[in-house]
Amino acid sequence: MLRVIRYGAVALIAVLVLGSLAVGLGWLQSGRSPLPTAGGPVVASFHLIDQANKPVSEHDVLGRPAVVFFGFTYCPEVCPTTLASLTGLLGRLGAPADRLGVFFVTVDPARDTPPALASYLSSFDPRIRGLTGAPDQIAALAKSLGVYYARVEVQGGGYTMDHTASVFLLDAQGRFVGTIAYGENSDAALAKLRRLAGG
Amino acid sequence: MPNLRCVRLVAFAFAAVFAMTATALSHEYVSGQIKVVHPWARATAPGATTGVGYMKIINQGATPIRLLGGSTPAATAVEIHAMSMDGGVMRMRPVGEGLVVPARGQIELKPGSIHLMLIGLKHPLVEEDLEPLTLNFDGGVRVNIELYIESMGAASGGHGH
Repeated sequence: MLRVIRYGAVALIAVLVLGSLAVGLGWLQSGRSPLPTAGGPVVASFHLIDQANKPVSEHDVLGRPAVVFFGFTYCPEVCPTTLASLTGLLGRLGAPADRLGVFFVTVDPARDTPPALASYLSSFDPRIRGLTGAPDQIAALAKSLGVYYARVEVQGGGYTMDHTASVFLLDAQGRFVGTIAYGENSDAALAKLRRLAGG
Repeated sequence: MPNLRCVRLVAFAFAAVFAMTATALSHEYVSGQIKVVHPWARATAPGATTGVGYMKIINQGATPIRLLGGSTPAATAVEIHAMSMDGGVMRMRPVGEGLVVPARGQIELKPGSIHLMLIGLKHPLVEEDLEPLTLNFDGGVRVNIELYIESMGAASGGHGH
């Protein structure tokens, strides 16, 4: 019995050591992979409002690096897991996270009013600003970043939204510098955010 | 040998943690020919009106059976939906015809794939709660289960944390 426990302990420690090595190596590798070069689409001019009804325009995005994600509050999988993941990453990033503007832009403004966004976003990092407003303004912002979304009718009267699930990374000039893919390894994603924040 | 005692203590601690985790995550329900393994859902943000349920459904019988949908006091409707990622675009569609669980086979409802969509949530799904849900199969077969609510960021039931 004792021997079994001893072997078990050795095996567990071996697994933990190997596991942390693997994670460490993955982080080093991800740290080396360069982001796509800047110079992509420039964020469009737009006029939206945030979850506190404050007006938001491209001037609130420009001037510091930005993290932009498009989604909707009726989305049960991609949106909450991405926002939860961003919340965890901003926490791990520490102080440099304050240098980033982080935006959740709804693709479903009909249902995602400022109060709906405020309630939904209360579960996530308070630095995440939810943007909603006129459909044409959302469309302009989405188009400038190459984001696709479409309303899809569902049997029984409801609807859902197809949408680009990637997180977009913009430099302080509003230029596209890269993305974090849905489900991307969190250490790789953290390395991208750290580089974006310049820390 | 104080070192040995230390190793033993650590081993016991790990064993205890694993045992507790295993009981929390591996609940299952058996009814007739149907066995449902670790049904779970993701916690929802306040104001969110939809949730998702995942589980493995095993058909222990000699005949196929079709999952048609379900019901839960927590939502106005439960539908089977399929999610797909296509060039970075997330798409979701109802699976109107249901899902066949082959004889002596199984299907898995999981993130990024087929899942139960809880539509019109009556209250947020709260982490570590259990939410009752009834699965409806053809032939009038009903199986009562409980969804274990995982964290809002859970990518898969109890793994990858």
